[in-house]
Amino acid sequence: MIKLENVKKNFGDLSVLRGISIEIQDRQIYGIIGQSGAGKSTLLRCINGLESYDSGTITVNGAPVSFENKNELRKLQKKMGMIFQNFNLLNRLDVYDNVALPMKFWGMKTKTPEAEKKIRGLIELVGLGDKIHARPRELSGGQKQRVAIARALVLDPEILLCDEATSALDPGITREILALLQKINKEMGITIIVVTHQMEVVKQICEQVAFIKDGSVIAEGKPEELFVKPTKEVKAFLQEESDHLPEEGINIQLFFTDESSDNPVITMMARELNVDFSICWAKLEDFRSSVYGSLVINVKEKDKEKVCAYLDQAKVLWEVLD
Amino acid sequence: MWPTILNATQQTIYMVFWSTLLSVILGFIPAIILTLTAPDGLHPNKGVYEVLSLIVNIFRSFPFIILLVIIIPFTRMIVGKAIGTTASIVPLTVSAIPYIARVFETSLRETDPGVIEAARSFGASDWQILFRVYIKESIPRMLNGVILLIISLIGYSAMAGTVGGGGVGDVAIRFGYQQYKTEYLIVCSLILIVFVQLIQMLGNYLYKKLS
Ligand SMILES: Nc1ncnc2c1ncn2[C@@H]1O[C@H](COP(=O)(O)OP(=O)(O)OP(=O)(O)O)[C@@H](O)[C@H]1O
Ligand SMILES: [Mg+2]
Repeated sequence: MIKLENVKKNFGDLSVLRGISIEIQDRQIYGIIGQSGAGKSTLLRCINGLESYDSGTITVNGAPVSFENKNELRKLQKKMGMIFQNFNLLNRLDVYDNVALPMKFWGMKTKTPEAEKKIRGLIELVGLGDKIHARPRELSGGQKQRVAIARALVLDPEILLCDEATSALDPGITREILALLQKINKEMGITIIVVTHQMEVVKQICEQVAFIKDGSVIAEGKPEELFVKPTKEVKAFLQEESDHLPEEGINIQLFFTDESSDNPVITMMARELNVDFSICWAKLEDFRSSVYGSLVINVKEKDKEKVCAYLDQAKVLWEVLD
Repeated sequence: MWPTILNATQQTIYMVFWSTLLSVILGFIPAIILTLTAPDGLHPNKGVYEVLSLIVNIFRSFPFIILLVIIIPFTRMIVGKAIGTTASIVPLTVSAIPYIARVFETSLRETDPGVIEAARSFGASDWQILFRVYIKESIPRMLNGVILLIISLIGYSAMAGTVGGGGVGDVAIRFGYQQYKTEYLIVCSLILIVFVQLIQMLGNYLYKKLS
């Protein structure tokens, strides 16, 4: 588990982290989302010990990230692999040597049969078995990020930190890289923290997400809940247009989770209650390949109780908007 | 004519070879210190950086012809005499050290900071970052600097030659210019042109191969 308690960080007068407290469970894919300059990279760098923090505590599996003992910090960094927006590969090394580099930093041999097996295995895992001796400049962006992922795994980390890992890639390649991260999470049991400003990333792979604004967490929870039923802060963050709902009658918002979204509640309700209503607004979204949605219907004042009772009985989540 | 020119060519190669080698070795050290203490370096230290930078600039702004003269006592101290082919290696090297220091510093500092950050995130020590990242990534750029240095040392060695160092430039002046033997002037110039061309071609080839 990674635990942050009231972490604060200033750059001179600029307060970049203003008391961040989050907990990241083992084997989770945890998203940190926020606009440019919100402090996401700084937060990730603090977790990894690349940057010191002014107050609060960060612990990784019980061990504090502290700058008192450089050796302890290095050991902790070994447990955390990191990937970056710009891949950050060494141009003059081929794929094999780039992946092997962190082992060299730890004085490990990289040409022994076991080392070779491991490094080749990782390169194959990320799907670059045929590019083992290519130089970075011969690779596409997506392929470079795959090399960076293999490199981040070579020290057998427990945690993978991703700073805008897909921001420089097009949507199709982004999906492939995210699928690879998901596979690594499932098959190797590695906890993954993804920092991003792309909603798509969070929706596709994150089980838990924190929204960061101006160095504070403004909301935290499951993405499907936060996106489908956003709080006021999250709504402002998502910059959703304020909805033009009818002034007359009662507006009721229904929320569909995975199980209920293919259940024809609405049409059944219309038939069974024999009421008329209009659908004013709707959205459906994919979260880790499950569909979640919400819908706003406008009913007449007199039908309100009937409709609400029906929705309760059908176990649909709802709320009256005003 | 040919034995004289052959001998002079050997002298030029001798002067350029040793002054390049020595200045690369000696210029490397201040380059590393400048890189480490630069504002974006691993150990920023404004005082050290500024002072060293100033020293480098002072030496770089000395006109070579003046350096050649004022350095005579120092040359005598090191080589035992102030005149001759070996003696002229001293002013050539001294003028090249600050150049190499600056060129290497620039090359090293062009290393992508993201790559350095990545290395650090894997627990690399400062030494490992210096050797496995900074220097490793900068080798082609540093090589380019050395090629430019060799080419300008060929020119400077001609100048040093006229004050007793010998070499192709010396022959061109003494025989070609002062004794009106045009053929010397032409052959010497051609040799220098061929030298520069060869070095440049070798440099381009190595740069491609290394980067
Ligand atoms: N080393 C530094 N010195 C001074 N200020 C810094 C430093 N690093 C970051 N900052 C400032 O801290 C704030 C947060 O930066 P950070 O890089 O954490 O944002 P971010 O959320 O990752 O943004 P982006 O999406 O653009 O990457 C910014 O205002 C930035 O200018
Ligand atoms: Mg960032």
